[in-house]
Amino acid sequence: MYNFEFVKPSTVEEAAAALQGEGAQALGGGQTLLPTMKQRLASPETLVSLTGVEGMVGISAGDGTVTVGGATTHAQVASEAASAYPALAALAGQIGDPAVRNRGTIGGSLANNDPAACYPSAALGSGASISTNKRNIAADDYFQGMFETALDEDEIVTSVSFPVPEAASYQKFLQPASRFALTGVFVAKFPGGVRVAVTGASNNGVFRWTEAEEALSKEFRADALMDLRINHLNMISDLHGSQEYRAHLVGVMTRRAVDAAG
Amino acid sequence: MPKDSGIGASPKRREDIRFLTGTGNYTDDININGQTYAWFIRSDVAHGTINSIDASAAEAMEGVLKVFTSADFAEAGGIPCGWEVTDRHGQPMQEPKHPILAEGKVRHVGDPIAVVVAETLEQARDAAEAVEIDIDELEAVIDMKAAVAEGATKVHDDLTSNLCYDWGFVEENREAVDEAIKSAAHVTTLELVNNRVVANPMEPRVAVGDYNRAGDEHTLYTTSQNPHVIRLLMGAFVLSIPEHKLRVVAPDVGGGFGAKIYHYAEEAFVTYAAKVLNRPVKWTSSRSEAFISDAHGRDHVTKIELAMDENHKFTAVRTDTYANMGAYLSTFAPSVPTWLHGTLMAGNYITPLIYVNVKAVFTNTVPVDAYRGAGRPEATFQLERVIDKAARELGMDPVELRRKNFIQPDQFPYDTPVAVTYDTGNYDATMDKALEVADYAGFEARRAESEARGKLRGIGVAHYIEACGIAPSNLVGQLGARAGLYESATVRVNATGSISVFTGSHSHGQGHETTFAQVVSEMIGVDASQIDIVHGDTSKVPMGMGTYGSRSIAVGGSAMVRATEKIINKAKKIAAHLMEASEADIELKDGAFSVAGTDKSVAWGDVTLAAYVPHNYPLEDIEPGLEESAFYDPANFTYPSGAYICELEVDPETGVIDMLNFTAADDFGNVINPMIVEGQVHGGLAQGIGQALMEACIYDENGQLLSGSFMDYTMPRADDMPMMNVDHSCQTPCTHNPLGVKGCGEAGAIGSPPAVVNAVIDALHRAGHKVEHIDMPVSPARVWKAMHG
Ligand SMILES: Cc1cc2nc3c(=O)[nH]c(=O)nc-3n(C[C@H](O)[C@H](O)[C@H](O)COP(=O)(O)OP(=O)(O)OC[C@H]3O[C@@H](n4cnc5c(N)ncnc54)[C@H](O)[C@@H]3O)c2cc1C
Repeated sequence: MYNFEFVKPSTVEEAAAALQGEGAQALGGGQTLLPTMKQRLASPETLVSLTGVEGMVGISAGDGTVTVGGATTHAQVASEAASAYPALAALAGQIGDPAVRNRGTIGGSLANNDPAACYPSAALGSGASISTNKRNIAADDYFQGMFETALDEDEIVTSVSFPVPEAASYQKFLQPASRFALTGVFVAKFPGGVRVAVTGASNNGVFRWTEAEEALSKEFRADALMDLRINHLNMISDLHGSQEYRAHLVGVMTRRAVDAAG
Repeated sequence: MPKDSGIGASPKRREDIRFLTGTGNYTDDININGQTYAWFIRSDVAHGTINSIDASAAEAMEGVLKVFTSADFAEAGGIPCGWEVTDRHGQPMQEPKHPILAEGKVRHVGDPIAVVVAETLEQARDAAEAVEIDIDELEAVIDMKAAVAEGATKVHDDLTSNLCYDWGFVEENREAVDEAIKSAAHVTTLELVNNRVVANPMEPRVAVGDYNRAGDEHTLYTTSQNPHVIRLLMGAFVLSIPEHKLRVVAPDVGGGFGAKIYHYAEEAFVTYAAKVLNRPVKWTSSRSEAFISDAHGRDHVTKIELAMDENHKFTAVRTDTYANMGAYLSTFAPSVPTWLHGTLMAGNYITPLIYVNVKAVFTNTVPVDAYRGAGRPEATFQLERVIDKAARELGMDPVELRRKNFIQPDQFPYDTPVAVTYDTGNYDATMDKALEVADYAGFEARRAESEARGKLRGIGVAHYIEACGIAPSNLVGQLGARAGLYESATVRVNATGSISVFTGSHSHGQGHETTFAQVVSEMIGVDASQIDIVHGDTSKVPMGMGTYGSRSIAVGGSAMVRATEKIINKAKKIAAHLMEASEADIELKDGAFSVAGTDKSVAWGDVTLAAYVPHNYPLEDIEPGLEESAFYDPANFTYPSGAYICELEVDPETGVIDMLNFTAADDFGNVINPMIVEGQVHGGLAQGIGQALMEACIYDENGQLLSGSFMDYTMPRADDMPMMNVDHSCQTPCTHNPLGVKGCGEAGAIGSPPAVVNAVIDALHRAGHKVEHIDMPVSPARVWKAMHG
């Protein structure tokens, strides 16, 4: 690890100002950034910790929405969102191990947008709104491919608002080594229709499976998906699974999510 | 009533107090005044020519003491190989030089090129980035068969090809085996891969070199399974330091599994650099570094043919194996696919004719050497897989086909056609036990229940044999070992009766400090708390060949028994003198000597005190003091065996395997500490199941290790493991060592992979999928592909 400065601002404004500095970078739980720095693959000059920023930690629920502060840990979401949005809490509870969940944050996860990460599927599958120090971004506009988002370089995810669906479930098929999602599917049933978001599978990162959404919006039963196949050509192929296998898993995990959502 | 001490009891492991409370003394815990830090610059290409190394900028950086390259080791020898294999034609294997730091060429990703030594680790790393190394990348040789094809790029320019040796065993049987296969009633053939794995002990390798100028004395602290072997190899062959000037200490070591047997470049480096710099030098491997510098295991590609007559009796076995050596010959690498593998191809069965061909191949990958089981898992896997396939082809129960060919209890000692003689065994007994514990008979009902839930249930059986207690020195000498494989022990009885046992066996998780003390406690009758087991330091222990090949209790324990017998004999003489009785009448029981037929007795402590305060002592007959040593060289290997049964479910939608339970019925001969034996089997099973289902060390065609971290290399975790039912009630004691023990360290890793794969294939067949084989690791993706084409 190279030397760096560390600052811990207490307001969003201070944090934003600190991020203007040369080589400054936001630090959430550090579960992605710190290992990268230890391997000397990243060398920020200043780390701007967000976990002490007022208003960025915590969960609030009301008006059919659950809002999670950008620096809220996975563990907190797992326990505190359990009654307001059980599927979201369950997803957070399946991320990594206890150490990762007690440090890692939703803002860090969404900013990083790892193609195998869990949270992006919840955000896209719920049609969440991602609030930053500058604007609100609809999830549909936010995710722009592997490790790519709509965020500007110095933009801070301050909170994420999830409309709470009538029924939802996240089904994660574990990559056996890392236990990230080899394929994870988030299904959410809203009065206006069903959303299906898939993570882990595609070379373009998280995406919505629109054919499945249409079929499920007509009839919210796993059987409604029986004839659907997703094209494998844009899927990831690696040590742990071929494109064909991932495409197949998208179908299986979607059906399981529908069954689990009930 | 179970005993609470001595042989057969299960006292808690005394060493665990320090391991579990953070008070162990591991090599990385050793910090010496004035210590400096080494950072190895390793090749990031698999094969290349080094054009230049410019360290001038780095050497000028703050805190840097020196940047070392191969030029600094012009006087040193290469890292030696400890075993020479002779090929089918009587020629010695090809043996390339293995330099401490790359000379002119790099040959695998991770090959060390230069080392920065600085005041702090961060300074060393900073400076390493300033070392300019210019390498022309060459074509990498990765696939074994391509490596030995005509015109292949050579890993070593000075060798004639990438073929290390072409070994045939038993060569004289070659034609007879061919003939038997041609004329057999039935031949079953199977091609399979024994996947390459990374040992990944919890503690990565560490080495600290220290030098005392006044006495010209070197000390190496290192994570080793055999410090004396390192002293011998490094002192005699690499750095020319005589034994009395070189101390090697392997303190607490956090797991080895084979990977810490070998002499590594980093050990020679820190020892040498400490003298050059006149400062202690420390190197601590990171996990990423371990993946590309610790010797890997397994990596065989095999075709096996099993021939049978019309009565389903085995008539011949023929195997054809490619074994990966990696880029250099690691310490025991050549022996693994040959003498530790070919000699086990008879398994538990009567097979009159066997021929094993092994082509050992150099590739641009990390060297491969022994890993828990070493050669024996490879033999067991192919044999137990092909028997299962044969049973299916013949429409027979796989258990019945095995039983039909088992060596029978009255046939021991049994000479196999592959040079070894099994002393004892009862394979039907272990098979019966396993079937009983696993409720084999009730399987069909359980399968139907799984089916009702949409799951495919399968059951797999394997019966293994291994050769442990390695090994008779005269025999291994004939087979090419460049070392003896005896063990030594010194038993020092102190004046007050407490005992220090110095053993050449090394404990790196096995619990020797507990079990060895149990044995001495049983023999003398003093409480185990009075007995200390000392190991891992060449300045304390006279000699030691170390711990591997499940040899500690069988060989090291035997040496300790012999030394303890000498102690008892001498103590009896002293006791006889004290009680004015005849030595022949002296009995030792529960820590006291008595005269047979009388009520005269003298306590252990009185005798030991007399030995050191010899006021009333038979000085004309014996010397004062009570310390004895013994070397023990085994007469034969030991042959643990056992039946393993795996039961699992396959999810037909995803290929995910749910391990339901695993039964191991082992025959380890006599057992010293049943709890520790169970733990050893659990650990072995975890590694065997890990190899079977999860662990894949995979290189791409350019020689980059794709599974180079725990993000991609699936280390088994506790929740991946099934319920393990471990039984060791079947005991046919070893006939040629004093404790009648066989060793238990590797069994789990040897017997489990075929049981697991057999169970998967069984599950698929019962569901109508005619899948004959899936290569390990049998991952969900591979199962799904096998089911769906
Ligand atoms: C062993 C392990 C297992 C894991 N398993 C999983 C898993 O199963 N599923 C899964 O989804 N993830 C998994 N993760 C990743 C984990 O969830 C991380 O916590 C997460 O991806 C990053 O969050 P963080 O708060 O730690 O971010 P950091 O590491 O602090 O930062 C990551 C990136 O985001 C930026 N950043 C951080 N916070 C903000 C913010 N509020 N606004 C803007 N930018 C920000 C940083 O500058 C950096 O570029 C795992 C990680 C580990 C180490």
